[in-house]
This record gives sequence, structure tokens and C-alpha cells, in this order.
Amino acid sequence: MNVKLALAVLLLLPLQAAAQGFAGLGTDAEGFTTPDPATVLEFPADHGAHPDYRIEWWYLTANMTGPDGTDYGLQWTLFRSALAPRDGYGWDTPQLWMGHAAITTPDAHFVAERLARGGIGQAGVTATPFAAWIDDWTMQGDDFDTLRLTASGPDFAYDVGLTVAGPLVLHGQNGYSVKSAAGQASHYYSQPSFKLTGTLTLPQGEVVVTGSAWLDREWSSQPLGADQTGWDWFSLSFDSGDKMMGFVLRGAKDYTSATWIGADGRTEALPDGAFTATPLLEHRVAGRTLPVEWRVQLPAKGVDVTVAALNRDAWMATSVPYWEGPVTVSGSHAGRGYLEMTGYDD
Amino acid sequence: MTGAVLSALLGHWRRNPLQLFTLLAGLALGTALWSGVQAINAEARASYDAAAATLGEGSYGQIVARDGGEIGQETYVALRRGGWLVSPVVEGRLGPVRIIGIEPLTAPRGVGPLGLGEQADLGAFLTGEGQIFGRADTLAQLAETGARLVDAPDVAPATAIMDIGLAQRLLGREGRIDRLILAPDQPLSRPALSTLAPDLVEAARQDGGDVARLTDSFHLNLTAFGLLSFVVGLFIVHGAIGLAFEQRRPMVRTLRALGVPLRRLIALMALELVGLGLVAGLAGVALGYAVAAALLPDVAATLRGLYGADVSGQLTLRPAWWLSGLAIAMGGTAVASAGALLSLARMPLLASAHPRAWAMARGGVRLAVLAVALLALAGGLALWGRGLLAGFAMLAALLVGGALVLPPLLGQALRVAEGRATGVLAQWFWADTRQQIPGLSLSLMALLLAMTANVGVSTMVSSFRLTFTGFLDQRLASELYVSASDAAQAADIVAVAGAGVKAILPILSVEAKAASQPVEVYGARDHATYRDNWQLLRSFPDVWDRLAQGEGVLVNEQLYRRGGVDLGALVAVSPRLTLPVLGIYGDYGNPLGQVIVNEAVFAGQFPDVVALRFGLRVDPSEVAALRKTLRDQAGVPESAMVDQAAIKALSLSVFERTFTVTTALNVLTLAVAGFAMLMSLLTLATMRLPQLAPVWALGLTRRKLALLDLVRAVVLAALTGALALPLGLALAWALLAVVNVEAFGWRLPMYLFPLDYLRLGGLALLAAALAALWPAWRLSQMPPVQLLGVFRNER
Repeated sequence: MNVKLALAVLLLLPLQAAAQGFAGLGTDAEGFTTPDPATVLEFPADHGAHPDYRIEWWYLTANMTGPDGTDYGLQWTLFRSALAPRDGYGWDTPQLWMGHAAITTPDAHFVAERLARGGIGQAGVTATPFAAWIDDWTMQGDDFDTLRLTASGPDFAYDVGLTVAGPLVLHGQNGYSVKSAAGQASHYYSQPSFKLTGTLTLPQGEVVVTGSAWLDREWSSQPLGADQTGWDWFSLSFDSGDKMMGFVLRGAKDYTSATWIGADGRTEALPDGAFTATPLLEHRVAGRTLPVEWRVQLPAKGVDVTVAALNRDAWMATSVPYWEGPVTVSGSHAGRGYLEMTGYDD
Repeated sequence: MTGAVLSALLGHWRRNPLQLFTLLAGLALGTALWSGVQAINAEARASYDAAAATLGEGSYGQIVARDGGEIGQETYVALRRGGWLVSPVVEGRLGPVRIIGIEPLTAPRGVGPLGLGEQADLGAFLTGEGQIFGRADTLAQLAETGARLVDAPDVAPATAIMDIGLAQRLLGREGRIDRLILAPDQPLSRPALSTLAPDLVEAARQDGGDVARLTDSFHLNLTAFGLLSFVVGLFIVHGAIGLAFEQRRPMVRTLRALGVPLRRLIALMALELVGLGLVAGLAGVALGYAVAAALLPDVAATLRGLYGADVSGQLTLRPAWWLSGLAIAMGGTAVASAGALLSLARMPLLASAHPRAWAMARGGVRLAVLAVALLALAGGLALWGRGLLAGFAMLAALLVGGALVLPPLLGQALRVAEGRATGVLAQWFWADTRQQIPGLSLSLMALLLAMTANVGVSTMVSSFRLTFTGFLDQRLASELYVSASDAAQAADIVAVAGAGVKAILPILSVEAKAASQPVEVYGARDHATYRDNWQLLRSFPDVWDRLAQGEGVLVNEQLYRRGGVDLGALVAVSPRLTLPVLGIYGDYGNPLGQVIVNEAVFAGQFPDVVALRFGLRVDPSEVAALRKTLRDQAGVPESAMVDQAAIKALSLSVFERTFTVTTALNVLTLAVAGFAMLMSLLTLATMRLPQLAPVWALGLTRRKLALLDLVRAVVLAALTGALALPLGLALAWALLAVVNVEAFGWRLPMYLFPLDYLRLGGLALLAAALAALWPAWRLSQMPPVQLLGVFRNER
């Protein structure tokens, strides 16, 4: 899933986590369109922006390996947040954009953030040809299957190419993903099968990498229940070729959801409770305590694995801070993936 | 025991309320002027800081258009998309208010009002009618826009901050940007600025801001005034404390004989002084606040007029200022009383309690040598010194040396007068006057300093005004000045005005760099207006013809002095063209260097720059009609047209404000000096009885004696004034020829104002006479028994 973050609005509104969920995602959907289970996603149009929804993101994570066998992680995210349910031209538009980029190595984590107003061309997304950008950070290609991804920060940069190796995956019910027992939901699909080649620029120099990437697309207007304070999200790619996505929304009562993606490309949505994640080891980072090692179980598919962070300090010290980093998988299945944890207050 | 001793010590003040008053008033007056000036300076600096902080001017680099003009919004987006982390700012004026539009999402931390308080709400700031942040008095001056007004005391005075979108709309400049703030952390690699936006240049970060640098000398002037008054105040305090201690010597001897330890006695006297210092300090600070509050509006108007610096007209009470005012009062008390306490500590237990020692024992020779050395140092610095610091060191040496040389000079003058005097009474008068010099020298020095400052500062300000108004008459030769908002309107103006005016003089300018100085390059049309009105400081023959031929440039005095470009030196007008200097012109009221080239040369070097400002030559009686035509037919708003008379009136009103401030400070220092004299004379009056009684006994009436005292005060003031005049002129010269050149880059001709000096001299004599009046009247009314008592009590 990736009920990832929203945005700049929150930079300045006091974060009332208890009342409004993590980063204001539990606020009312007043005036905005709300997700509808009857909606049929259409591509390539739905790769583009949906300004009548409050929040939306293009969220890519990648696991990579260097020439010497070192593992790396990469993140490229573009968030859209609307102050009002309309688009517009010039400074008048209520559409705000936020970009997060990161590279994780076994012993370092590089982060950068960008903010921009819509309406003046500084940031935005077009469906055909596909382009998502904020400042000099871009994810673009002639279509959605072959993309070039760039980002840079004060101490890092990357420039990688992505080629699709599998079909799009619609989560939940044809892309309608329920987020709480009260019925909050989002439109949510993924492209979990990008092949990646490219170059990372680190303080030590350039590193040529190859690997795989996972792109999440999600939009909604009120994705969290008011009592939900954060989530733990896993995207795992097993050596067998199978993949799975699973999340726990922490609230008065935890809500879980998962999607199984078989090596043959067939997907299966699993209901609340089918997926469980239990913390095994906690770690202190940025003044908070977070689980950096998990026992993840999906009995329906015979999954019982230990998920461990490649770098326990993969803290995103951005306007809305969270933990996001590459993980290794061992146990019933071996593999790697990405872990995201939000709503852990200090 | 402590209580008894304290009550004995305080008993002295009960019996001598006048002395107590002198002490407190002297300290309070000195502290008041010092802290008043400090309050004004602090307010101004806080305003500059607020302005710089609001705009990030002090903390972040800037990118501006090479030609100083505006930047298209698409250029901003191109830079962002190229990886340059910049944030746009648009600026302008709506009436008296400076409008600043910022983009809060990209602005570096600390820029703009978000984060100023709890009121920041990005949604409200960005969308709907928006929000405007400013001080309450600023917001009150804005027309209704529908935006929510947010009172933000941290915003600079006369400044309103809002979202860039709202600012562009209010200023009618959609899609335009004035400058870009450069974020401190830029990404790893990005294309060069010259590749992405060849028309833009990076401007250096300016610590503290231009304004603070520009106004430094103005504030230094104020500080000097404050310090001078404080020193004068200290003279008074020193006198009062010295006298009180002398008079208490018998009491001290008695107390010690009764068994009070010296250490405790000194501690209690110090405690007593601390108490007095505290009382006087508090009164002084309160008084200083009143002085500052009264002067600040005028100072603010002056700063705005002279430097375009917005300074709040309202005084804020700052704890640091209160404390520093109290501290300087206490420090002053300590300095003024150190000598008295020291001599008390050294006093042998059974010493004579003779209080006469005080008035006589001022060692003369060493001070005279020091005075001459200081004056020599001032002369040396004037001849060979370089830099602002040397200029101020020279001022200090001149003033202190002048003050110290006063008593020996007075003594010498009186000795000469005594030698020439015929008749016993005249001889006695001169000898007696000379005998009083030590007791009066401190207050006379105070008078000297006050008069010197008066002469010096008023000469400088008057010279500046005379030069500047003359300069305005030359420079503002056109009757009407019009600004166009864009090239299309500029063309309309030329078309509309063309028929009815004698000449249209386009004013072309770009910002550039020459002789490693930031300069403005102007393109001037060859026209009689320039030839007839401009007076050059120095020039080659046929300068105007050669300028018209494009054979060279004119530079202003600032560039000539700072960049060292003399006649004939080569100046790079642009990267492609270098021309020799043909003439140098005076340019007052502008801190930057300027280069003037012929219109055709300008067009060749800067083809993209179109004239947006015009000087229109028209019959003065037709100005009003022309304004109306331009407004109706070319759509020029009233605010974009300024007639010559209005500019001159504005400039002159600035000077009137400056004069108000200067005059007020002059009168205050003179009043403090007069008060010092009064107190010295009152002190001397009682002590001089043993000298007066014999003269009275020889047949001189009390009335006659009192009259002689009055005459004596006036004579001393006149002699002091005679020294103050040359000293004041030297001060004025130093300010005009040294300090101004260093601070502003221009040297002003010095004009003399004999009538002013005469009036000042009269004022000083009046102050002295007034100061002497009361002691003289008391002498004339003194019961004969008191004079007789001198003989009875003779020790």
C-alpha cells in the first residue's frame, strides 16, 4: 500500500496525531472526491495527477547491488497535496508538491527534500508521455514502461534507468484499497517489477548499480481513520520470483492488508488479519525507538520470515519525518525489499 | 554603629540639598542624553536588522538581473528545473509601504513571516485572499485588499510581507520577479548560471546590509553627541562629589576619632554613592527615553529621506538599553568619585580638615604637555591618517587636546590682562579671576566642548545643505520626471509628451562594475540641459563635445575617490568597451559610483536596455497640464510622475528634519554645560568668602562685588568661546574633508556662517551670565555678618 505521507499543509498545521492520524491523513475529505469501489482505473490516464483528490503520490523504492556486491537502497517520491479540490494556473493553484529522495548504504543514509507550488511548471505530473518532476528531479519516459529517474541532494545524486519486467498490480478490489474497518480507502496500484541499471553518486565517488525497483501509485482524500496513528509497510521480493506487499495500520485496533504477487504475475488480495508483523528488535534513531527487525507472517502463502534493516538508521529527516529503508529477508523465503514506518513519536 | 555612621553621612546631604541636587541632576542629565542617543541608535539598528532578517539579505546570497531589471517567472522555473535552489522575491511600493512577496515553500529557513509566530498557516497564506504580515501601523496604511491582516511586530517598519502571488497582483506585476534568494545548500552538481540564465548574476552576500553601512556615520555623529554630553555630565558629578567629600573631611575625622574603622567608612560612602548613582541613573534613563521618543520621529524621517532606510518611529523599551543606561551612570559615578575616595583613604587620622585644598591643587604643567601632544597628534592624523578610524581618532584627539589646553591658555590670557591692567581694582579682578580658574576649569571645559560641537556640527550640516540644494538646482534641471512601467508605456509617453514639451531626455541606466566598484552606468542624450546646468568638479576642455562624440565618460566623485580613476584614466563601461574619463562631477546623496556615457554609446553596449524614465523639459506653468495629459492619454499613474519642485521640497524637508535633531542636541549640550557652570560657581561662592571679605572690608560694596562676579563669568565664557571657534571650525573641517570622504566618498566644500557663530557666542555668554546670576545675587544679598565672620573665624 503505502499510505505514505502527505504534505506541506502539515508542515505548518500543528500535527495533532491523536486526533487526525499521522501527518493529517485522517482529516475530513470535505469538498474533495473520495475513492469509489466502482471506479475502474484507466491507463495511461491514471498514471497522471488527480487534483480533485486531497493527496497523491508516485513512490519508488529500489534494491540494488554494486560491482563489489554491496547492497544499496534508493527512494524517489513525489507527493501532491491539495489545499482545495481544484487545479489552477500560476501562484493561485492550491496544489502543492513535495519530493523526497534518498540513497541508503549499509553505513550511511542520504536524504533530500524539495517543495514546490503547482501551476508554474516547477513540479507536476503528465500521463502521456509520462513525466513526474519537481525541480531537477525527474521520473520520465515515452511511456510508463521505460523510465529515467534522477535526483540530487547536497551530498548525493543518482541517475538510473528503469525497464518494466511484469504487469501492473492493482491492490485491494481492482485498485480500491480499504485502509480501516471504518471504510477509509484509497486508489492504489503498483508496478513492482522494474529492472534497474544506473549510477549512484556518493561522497566517495560514483557507483554503478543494478537491481530492481517497486513503484507505488496511490491517491485518496482521507485514507486514515481518525484513530490511526501510523503504519508499518513492507514490500518484499523473494528469490523465488514471488513478491508480496503488506501493511499494518496501527490504531485502536490494528488493521492489516496484503497483496500476494506470484512469479507468474497473478495477484491475490488478502483480507484484514491474514498478514501479521511482529517486532523482534528495537533501535533508537532520531530520538525515537523503532523496530528494525520484524517477524513477518502470511500463513496462507507459507511465509514466515525475518525482515531486517540493511541500515538501521535509515531515518528520513524531512518536514514530516519517518523511517524508510532497504531490508533483507530470511527464513521460509529469502530475498530483499523495503520497509516504511511512520507515526513513531519521540 | 553602621546605622549611626550612615545617618551622619547622609546628614550632609540634608544640610546641602543643592549639592545633592547638583550631583543627581548632573548624572541624570549626562545619562539621559547618552542613553537617549543609544535608544535612537538601537531602534534604528533593530529596524535595519529586522529588514535584513525579513529578506534573508544578511544570511543568503542573491541572484539578480545583470541589468538590474526584473526577472521573468519562467527564468525562475528554468533555474529550479536546472537544480538551482532559489526562491523568488518580488518587491515594490504601495504608497508609503514597501511590499514584499515571498514564496514560502522554497524560501530558506528564516526568510519571511512563517515561523514568526503561531499565526502562520500555510493554507491561509497561500490561498484565498491571502494574508499580509506587518506591523500594526504599517497595515493601517494599506488599502483594503480582502487579505487578512496579521499584526507581526518582528517585520521591518513600513514593510508588508505576503505571498508572491498576492504581491504580484497588488503591484500589477504578474509573472515578474525582482530577485532570487540562493539557498545555502545546493545540490551536488548543476549547470552554470551563465548557461541556464545568461542575463542573471550572483550578487555577493551582504553582511548587515547596505543600509547599516550607509547610516553608520550618521549614528556615529549621534553617538559622539551622546558621549560628549555624558562627559560634560561627569564634569558636574566630579565637581559635586569632590566638594561634598572635601566638606565632609571634618566629619570624617570626627567619626574616625570616635572609632569608626576607615574601611567601613569607605565602604559606607561607596554604598551611599551606589544609591545615589542608582537614583540618578534611573531618572536619567527615564529622561533619556523621553528625549529619544521626542527626537525619534525626526531621526526616522531623516534616515528615510537620506538613505531610504525605514526606521520605526516608535520607541521600544529594550532591557539591554535600560541596563546599559544604568551601568554607564554607575560607571560614571565610580570614575567621578574614585579620586575623592582615594584621597579619603590616604587621609591621615589627624589631618587638618582644611577644605581649601580642593580648588587649588590642579596640576597644570603635565596636563598642558598632554594637551599639546594630543593636538599635535590630531594634526599628524589630519595630514597622514587614512580611513574612517583615523578620522575619528583625529576628532577625539582634537577635542580632548582642545579641552585640556583651555586652562593654561586662559591662565596665560588672564596673566597678560593683569599685566596691562591699570588701577588696583582691575588688577585684583584679573588676579582673582585667574585664581578661580582651577575651580572653574572643568565647567569651562564642558562649555568649550559644547560650543565646539555646536560650531563643528552646525557648520557641517549647513555646508551640506548649501551644497546639496545647489546641486539639486543643477541636477534636477528637468521640470517633470516620469517613469514608465514597461517599454510600451515608455513609447506612449514619448508619443504623448512629444508634442508639448521642449525636450524629452531619456534616462538610461544599468548596474555594472567598474574599477572593481559596483556602479550605475547612465546613458545621456547630448542636450543643452546638461551643458548649461551641470558643473563639473574637474574636466578636460570641450568635455561636453567629446562626450557627445563618444570619446569618453564622466564619472562621479565617489567613483573617482574610491576607484582611483582620475581624468584620463580608462574605465570599462562594459566588458567590450573601455573609455577615458573626461570629467568628474559632484554627486551628493547617492552612495554608488556612476559612469555617464553618450546615449549612442550606451545603446551600442546595452542594446536591450530601453529607457523607462524620462526627464521632460517644459515650461513650469505647463507642468500640471502635462501631468494630466500623461495620465489620461498614456495611462501614467500619478505616483509615477514627480515634478522638480516636489523633489526639491522633499529633499529640503529632509534637511529641516536633520536640523531639528541637530539643533535640539546642540541646545541640550549647551544647557548641560551651562548647568555645570552654575554648579561650579555656587560651589566656589562659599569657598571664596575668605578672599572676598577683605576686599569688602576695604570698601567695595557687595553689589559691586556681585557685578564683578557676573562680568567675570561672561569674560571667561567669552575667552572660552574664542578658543571654541577655531576648534569648532577644525572639527567641521575634519567632518567634511575626512569623515565624509571616508564614509560617503564625497568631499563637501566648507562654508562659514559667521552670523550663526555670533549667535552661538551670544547664547554661550547668556548661558554663562545666567549661570552666574544666582550666585551673584546671593552675594549681593549676603548679610555683612557673614563676611565679618571670615575674620572672626580666621584659622
